Amino acid sequence: MNHRNLVSINDFSKEEILRIVELAAEFENNPKPGLLNGKVIATLFFEPSTRTRLSFESAVNRLGGRIVGFTDASSSSTSKGESLKDTILTVNNYSDLIVMRHPLEGAALYASEVSSIPIVNAGDGANQHPTQTLLDLYSIKKTQGSLENMNIFLVGDLKYGRTVHSLLMAMSHFNATFNFISPPELRMPDEYKMHLDNLGLKYYEHSDFTDIISRADIVYMTRVQRERFSDPMEYEKVKNVYVLKKEMLENTKANMKVLHPLPRVNEISTDVDDSEKAYYFTQALNGVYTRQAIIASLLGLIK
Amino acid sequence: MTKGKQLSVSAIRNGTVIDHIPAKNLFRVISILGLDKFDHQITFGTNLDSTKLGQKAIIKVSEKTFVGDEINRIALVAPEARLNFIKDYEVVEKSIVKVPLEISGITKCVNPKCITNNEDVMTKFHVINKNGEISLKCHYCEKITDQEHMSAEI
Ligand SMILES: [Zn+2]
Repeated sequence: MNHRNLVSINDFSKEEILRIVELAAEFENNPKPGLLNGKVIATLFFEPSTRTRLSFESAVNRLGGRIVGFTDASSSSTSKGESLKDTILTVNNYSDLIVMRHPLEGAALYASEVSSIPIVNAGDGANQHPTQTLLDLYSIKKTQGSLENMNIFLVGDLKYGRTVHSLLMAMSHFNATFNFISPPELRMPDEYKMHLDNLGLKYYEHSDFTDIISRADIVYMTRVQRERFSDPMEYEKVKNVYVLKKEMLENTKANMKVLHPLPRVNEISTDVDDSEKAYYFTQALNGVYTRQAIIASLLGLIK
Repeated sequence: MTKGKQLSVSAIRNGTVIDHIPAKNLFRVISILGLDKFDHQITFGTNLDSTKLGQKAIIKVSEKTFVGDEINRIALVAPEARLNFIKDYEVVEKSIVKVPLEISGITKCVNPKCITNNEDVMTKFHVINKNGEISLKCHYCEKITDQEHMSAEI
């Protein structure tokens, strides 16, 4: 891979995405416990994200690497007013690669411009979270055998959902068909629909969450958050509408899988968990292999 | 030298004449080029009649020849601008501005959560030119700053 950093999924070509997905499978099938022996990985979480941090730390630990870092800005020198640049240049001395999460958009790209060691973006505000996207793609590949020609249903908050935007951009390399299911207030923004129009890819918009998912290969659920609504009444109207229930799986395709970036609140009923179509916890496990593939690849430990 | 039009603002001996600036953007051009901090003689005229622009402005900067990216930065606010390089009162070379592919440091990103609005980071944009309609995609946060918001910030 030519990249030294993983900052935005939009920097990665179709071939580069496929390569990471292949490598993730290799890490799953042939664990490499000593690969990061002697390496120190910094996890700099300028805002807390326990789930993402645990996934990265598990990925590194299972490869024999060591971890330094902080879990939120209050325990770092940022709270004393240190600039991001100074933090990055300091941590450059202590580690071989930096995984960072930051509340400001563009923070990871800026860090990659000042850093002498690779940067992995673990989320920069509402902008990018590329390791999530790559683990989503690995999950699709693993369950469907291919990334090509999928019918993908994105459900919930499609307006502010960074995860669904990046997934759309990445899957647009693979001739996907998209179905958008959301409350009218939280529709997919025009810029993403224009991107699909430009590529000649099909998409359909729905406001009802019904048995149209019978055509889906992938149903990707997201959380509809109260704070996204200016009118609380509007939230009350929709909060129980975009919920996946077990009976809705009855007429779905045999290969269909339900994905969710987690954490879930109520948008997937817990009775769905027992279905073999529920894939979100395995999806989280896939994140560990995908992050191993990314770190090893950026460090040049694997081609 | 050519008679008439250019004489509406007194001639300069050596330097650059920047013509066909939309009158309303004169002061933004001055600020983008840093002319407010410039030591040599500068004269300008504004609200001059122009068949193309309605009301145009013209700036004459003595002892300075603008080149390349230095001048292309004004393309955002004066895309039709023409440059005449003057030596001994004669036009020795003409040039137009080109919309650059990238632009740094002249406008703020529209996104309040952008790193460039919160840390000491110079802004950088990729210029999107859609049929003459210019907008800027932030190199850092990927958000689009459109013409309307640029105007407010420059
Ligand atoms: Zn920005």
